[in-house]
Amino acid sequence: MAAKRSVIPFGPQHPVLPEPIHIDLVTEDEKVVEAIPSIGFVHRGLENLVTKKDFGEMVYVAERICGICSFGHGYGYVDAIEHIMNIEPTGRAKYIRTLLFELSRMHSHILWLGLMADAFGFESLFMETWKYREKVLDMLEAATGGRVIFSIMRIGGLRKDVPDDILSGFLPELDKIEEGIRACEKAFLSDPAVLGRLKGVGYLSKEDAVKLGCEGPFLRASGVARDNRMKGYAAYSDMDFDIITSDDGDSYGRCYVRIQEIYQSANIIRQCIEKMPKEGIYVPIKGFPNGEYMTIIEQPRGGACYYVHASGKKFIERMRVRTPTFANIPALAKTLQGCDVADVPILVVTIDPCISCTER
Amino acid sequence: MLENTEETPLIGLLNKIKEIQTAGDRLVQICATKIGGNYELLYTFGRDYDIRHIKVTIEPGAHVPSITDMFPAAYLYENEIHDLFGIAIDGINHDYKGGLYRTPVEAPFK
Repeated sequence: MAAKRSVIPFGPQHPVLPEPIHIDLVTEDEKVVEAIPSIGFVHRGLENLVTKKDFGEMVYVAERICGICSFGHGYGYVDAIEHIMNIEPTGRAKYIRTLLFELSRMHSHILWLGLMADAFGFESLFMETWKYREKVLDMLEAATGGRVIFSIMRIGGLRKDVPDDILSGFLPELDKIEEGIRACEKAFLSDPAVLGRLKGVGYLSKEDAVKLGCEGPFLRASGVARDNRMKGYAAYSDMDFDIITSDDGDSYGRCYVRIQEIYQSANIIRQCIEKMPKEGIYVPIKGFPNGEYMTIIEQPRGGACYYVHASGKKFIERMRVRTPTFANIPALAKTLQGCDVADVPILVVTIDPCISCTER
Repeated sequence: MLENTEETPLIGLLNKIKEIQTAGDRLVQICATKIGGNYELLYTFGRDYDIRHIKVTIEPGAHVPSITDMFPAAYLYENEIHDLFGIAIDGINHDYKGGLYRTPVEAPFK
């Protein structure tokens, strides 16, 4: 006899979800046979503000799309405007942008590790990982004055410089953070109880990951070597790093990729500090942007697109942000098919959903 | 004008998208922009790091065919365009019928 189908609503309020997303889980006994996602509970319409805010002020709105990857949002918007206006930032501005980008990535990935530990009920591991996240936030605060919203991006460069003594002070801090995360890594990647929750759970094939438009660590954990930093924007063309992938395709693979990317970010920051140019941080701009451009960058959660359409006026016609979480939702629905109901919270967390970005 | 952009009339959209799918590109994003009284739909595709765009200009009230038969993950983008711009898109595989975004203003970008 065929099992009876039931629909279990997951979210929009759920203990593993800091932000609202809803998924209708069609189940047969304890297995999910289909997942239908819904978003749009807190849509803010920030994209529409470009028609009401000066294009320079819009940098601050872009940064406020999300409190975790705020630096990247500011960068994506500014980079699109700079391309339209043919502005080439100085080398120092590019290096500081790259450094701040990687600090944001470290902070985001460590935050995710803590949320993951919390999702599978390992409270002490959650607290341990977030201890190191605080250190990253301290570094961001020392560099920019902000821990969440940095307000350092500016069209043409940066609003303020980061002194060399502050930058060199980051080196011992990076060593301490890396040492701490290596200790936590043993629990995430070797502890038998944790492996039981991650190994083989939520498998996504390489083919499905590409077909469903997957992005970021979620994509790379399925064996696809694509990382937009390789295009060389900001100062990435001067940095020595490889794309981190996993062939596991499951929750374990996603955890592995993010942990390795934390070490990779620390290495990129060290390179930035070592090679930091001495020139200024700002190139003056003239006039208003006129044209179209799409910047694609690698945010901590994956590729993000920033499309700007300007017509030579103070106000821009259109800004569109395609965030990685938005792109990852169809692949999330696919990974949920066939999983146990008990694994749904873990799987939702493994894509590192940012609903604030999605509801821009 | 964006680099690597091809303008296509609405009537030729599906053939163009089919050509891109056959070539093995992936869907990166779809978005709409209101320009004057019309709307521009921008379809972005990628292969590795190479990006290309298909632009379609439509008049208000026009019906746009869904591309979800070829790119199943396009449903979120198409529902978004419907909800924010009020553009009718026919044949979406998961049609939220205006319920993707719960905005107080119906089609706020219209």
